[in-house]
Amino acid sequence: MAPTPALRTRDLTKVYRSGEVEVHALRGVSLDLYPADLIVLLGPSGSGKSTLLNILGGLDTASGGEAWFGDLQLTGLDDRGLTRYRRAHVGFVFQFYNLIPSLTALENVALVTEIAERPMSPEEALRIVGLGERLHHFPAQLSGGEQQRVAIARAIAKRPGILLCDEPTGALDSRTGILVLEAIERIHAELGTTTVLITHNAVIADMTDRVLVMGDGRILEERHNTRRRRAAELSW
Amino acid sequence: MTPLNRKLYRDLWRLRGQVLAIALVIASGIAVLAMSLTSMEALTDTALAYYERYRFADVFARVERAPGYMADRIRALPGVQSVDTRVVKSAILDMPGFDEPVIGQLVSVPERATPPLNQLALRSGRLPRVGHPDEAILSEPFAEAHGLGPGGRFGAVINGNRRTLTVVGIALSPEFVYTIGPGALMPDDHRFGIVWLGEEALQAAFDLKGAFNQVSLSLLRGTDPELVIRRLDQMLARYGGVGAYARADQMSNWFLMNEIRQLESLAAILPTVFLAVAAFLTNMVLARLIAMERSEIGLLKAFGYTNATIAWHYVKFVIGVAVVGILIGWAAGYWFGLLNTRLYADFYRFPFLLFDPSPRAFVIAALVSVAAALAGTLGAVRAGVRIPPAEAMRPPSPPMFQRTRLGRSRLFAALDQPTRILLRQIGRYPVRSTLTSLGTGMAVAVLVSSLQWLDSINHLVDVYFQQAQAQDVTVGFATTKSSEVERDLGRLPGVVTTESMRAVAAKLRFGPREERQALQGVPAHQELSRVYDASGHALEMPPDGLVISTMLAEMLDVGIGDRITVEVLEGRRPVFEVPVAATFETYIGSPAYLDIRALNRLMHERPSVNSVHLRLDRNEMQDFYRELKAVPQVAWLSLKEAAVATFHDTLAKTLLIFIGFFVVFACTLAFGVTYNAARIALSERGRELATLRVLGFTRAEISYILLGEIGFLTLVALPLGCVLGYALGALILRAFKTELYRIPMAIQLETLGLAVLIILSATVFSAFLVRRRLDHLDLIAVLKTRE
Repeated sequence: MAPTPALRTRDLTKVYRSGEVEVHALRGVSLDLYPADLIVLLGPSGSGKSTLLNILGGLDTASGGEAWFGDLQLTGLDDRGLTRYRRAHVGFVFQFYNLIPSLTALENVALVTEIAERPMSPEEALRIVGLGERLHHFPAQLSGGEQQRVAIARAIAKRPGILLCDEPTGALDSRTGILVLEAIERIHAELGTTTVLITHNAVIADMTDRVLVMGDGRILEERHNTRRRRAAELSW
Repeated sequence: MTPLNRKLYRDLWRLRGQVLAIALVIASGIAVLAMSLTSMEALTDTALAYYERYRFADVFARVERAPGYMADRIRALPGVQSVDTRVVKSAILDMPGFDEPVIGQLVSVPERATPPLNQLALRSGRLPRVGHPDEAILSEPFAEAHGLGPGGRFGAVINGNRRTLTVVGIALSPEFVYTIGPGALMPDDHRFGIVWLGEEALQAAFDLKGAFNQVSLSLLRGTDPELVIRRLDQMLARYGGVGAYARADQMSNWFLMNEIRQLESLAAILPTVFLAVAAFLTNMVLARLIAMERSEIGLLKAFGYTNATIAWHYVKFVIGVAVVGILIGWAAGYWFGLLNTRLYADFYRFPFLLFDPSPRAFVIAALVSVAAALAGTLGAVRAGVRIPPAEAMRPPSPPMFQRTRLGRSRLFAALDQPTRILLRQIGRYPVRSTLTSLGTGMAVAVLVSSLQWLDSINHLVDVYFQQAQAQDVTVGFATTKSSEVERDLGRLPGVVTTESMRAVAAKLRFGPREERQALQGVPAHQELSRVYDASGHALEMPPDGLVISTMLAEMLDVGIGDRITVEVLEGRRPVFEVPVAATFETYIGSPAYLDIRALNRLMHERPSVNSVHLRLDRNEMQDFYRELKAVPQVAWLSLKEAAVATFHDTLAKTLLIFIGFFVVFACTLAFGVTYNAARIALSERGRELATLRVLGFTRAEISYILLGEIGFLTLVALPLGCVLGYALGALILRAFKTELYRIPMAIQLETLGLAVLIILSATVFSAFLVRRRLDHLDLIAVLKTRE
């Protein structure tokens, strides 16, 4: 028997109306993500990958179709329900880190553990991303890569059901980017969190088992890597 | 239109909420300023025109009786332009439908000619005719209060004779713009009024044929009234002159001019508060605008725009905000000014009202507010345009935070992260946080300082009427009476206790200082009208020695033990020295007391009185009033209950309207500060708050972070505002302090509570407006954009 998908979508569509123009961002996406999957969503800008991620993360609502997180139907949740879903189950990592400048690294992580149900300690989360030494630094005192690793620690500290990373290396140089990917890799290995990575950098796709290539609001292609490369082996 | 100007208009429109909030604060300042200046102008213009048109005299003097030919001698004094002699007396009036006795001040008016001075502004009817001694003209407010017009009739006891007078005219006079009865603190048009009677009729009634007891003078331009007064006093001393006085000391004019001076204080103090806060707010908004437009500034510079052009662009933004405020403030100021002037016209009665504000008041208000706004923002503009273009086009580095000792403390460690965010935010911008608290505090202060009037005046009334006075009625006589009059009055129905008093007109001198001040003789131990210190105790009279108010002590610069020279201006006009035995604090006047027996002894007279305080049995009031109306030579009456009621009525009419204005102004201030602070916090931290929403924080939780900061600053502001309000109130009361009355500061806790509650409501309202914006945070944009 096949395992129950952690995330499941059926014929997901999303139409934006901007003035007189209708933009079809998603044109029927059906997808199953299983526990402990590490997948990459690849595609050029405008392909719909961010829209999909936003709907999966409970930031946006679909125009049609269904999305489920386990038994929880995401399509149909109101704002309050979506907030609850994000709070309990979703870890986000953003391109521009989005740390709170007035909180230290430790406090930025504690921000999330304070409202989570069974979090790990902030120190533990920072140790996993290799920042056990810089707990009391403010964002302005950290490099870009360090800031992004704090953001990852913040995302995983609540032990989320799903970790969504939107261009996590987009603002970083390749060496720092790889450090960040290593952190994501380690978390996936240690915690087994279902992880979705959005990128337009095809090289990153090599570190996962499953790659979904999107274009024009659809999944154009699904690839399975026969051999996963370690993040440390990547270069671009 | 240049692109930059187009940007300016769009910026103003985009930030319209904040622009309007600031504009309203500026408008409040301008409105107060314009209101005060226009009312001042209107009152001054009206008074001067009135005085000139109806020939209000420059110098006044009362005598007991002087022969008519003295008028010519007075006219011959150097500097005197014209002279008018009159008979001025008092009478008890019996007004139809009014049980209580009423005091009428009878003033003679020539039947055959227009008087050279103090002419009447006849509102309706005509002057009394020769041979018709019972024809009377009533002052308009008095006639209105009693619903009388030409043809109406009322009773009067004139020099002991009961007469029925017929109203033939209604008039106003420059002498009685503000009509206040003897012994009263506020005008009471029901119980005191001016009655003009024909000169011949009045002379006949009081046995003053060919004589007068009051003289008014007008002076040639440039004449010093003091010189004329000195000569006049010498001339009139033997006719029982009690000392001439200049227009400035004439009661009605004194009140009017004092009102104008108070408006002047108002114009100086309150607008300053509003404009200072407006300057801060403009600065806050502009600094944020410039911060958000860093890259645009860099771009403009890269294109070759000069620093001056860019600076001028932002200066125009400030001027734009100020202009919106000015326009609203002008309109409100004009309207408030008109309203205020009309309100004044209820108390200060003029036959016409000149409300034609010159542009001066409005121009001053506008210039002051533009200057304040510019002064507040030049720093932000300069800092903004100084950034080199390349740096301006890079995003600003994230704000630097540091762990302070407080941040490491155990107390801080116990706080949750959202609370830490808001506390660090406050600590990161200490100046802005302080000014925000100060701004809201000023709103509380404005409110406290306006609401305190009710408390302070209530306190004054309580101390002056309720604590110090136990009498119900005081009856004053035109002349000194033997002490038997006290016994006579004691026999009237309903009288429970009596206490007599004697006042003599006198000049008090100490060193080079001299004051005209009635010397009041009272019993050593007073039962009814007590010599009462404001701190709450009555004073016994020492057998010899003066007990004087601290105000008089200040005016004469005397202390306990100093010997004051008293020059009595009536009777045998003795001159003597008495030591100051004690001083006491009082809110009204600058009285001087001594033991009545000592006074009579010093006057070389047998026991005499000229007023008697009475306590009455309430069940017999009607009978008492009826009989009192027949008592001869009663010159004035003071009914305590009526005086208190008048006080409260007058306050309700004026003060509540005035306070209403200031509640609105203070709320505007609180709204302007909070709304802008919250909008700027939202603009600076929208991205942070959206991130928190993405991380699963609810709207309530992020509202806490945004509004918690405002809430915290408001909580600091409230007690601060109460303290500032106390100081501001004290400043205003000090500006309102006169020799005639001092209003004590007596803010009740409830008043502070009310002020706090009102400001809190305004704050919550503005926070609510900003809170709604949190619902529209763009969560997705946050993921994609860098600030």
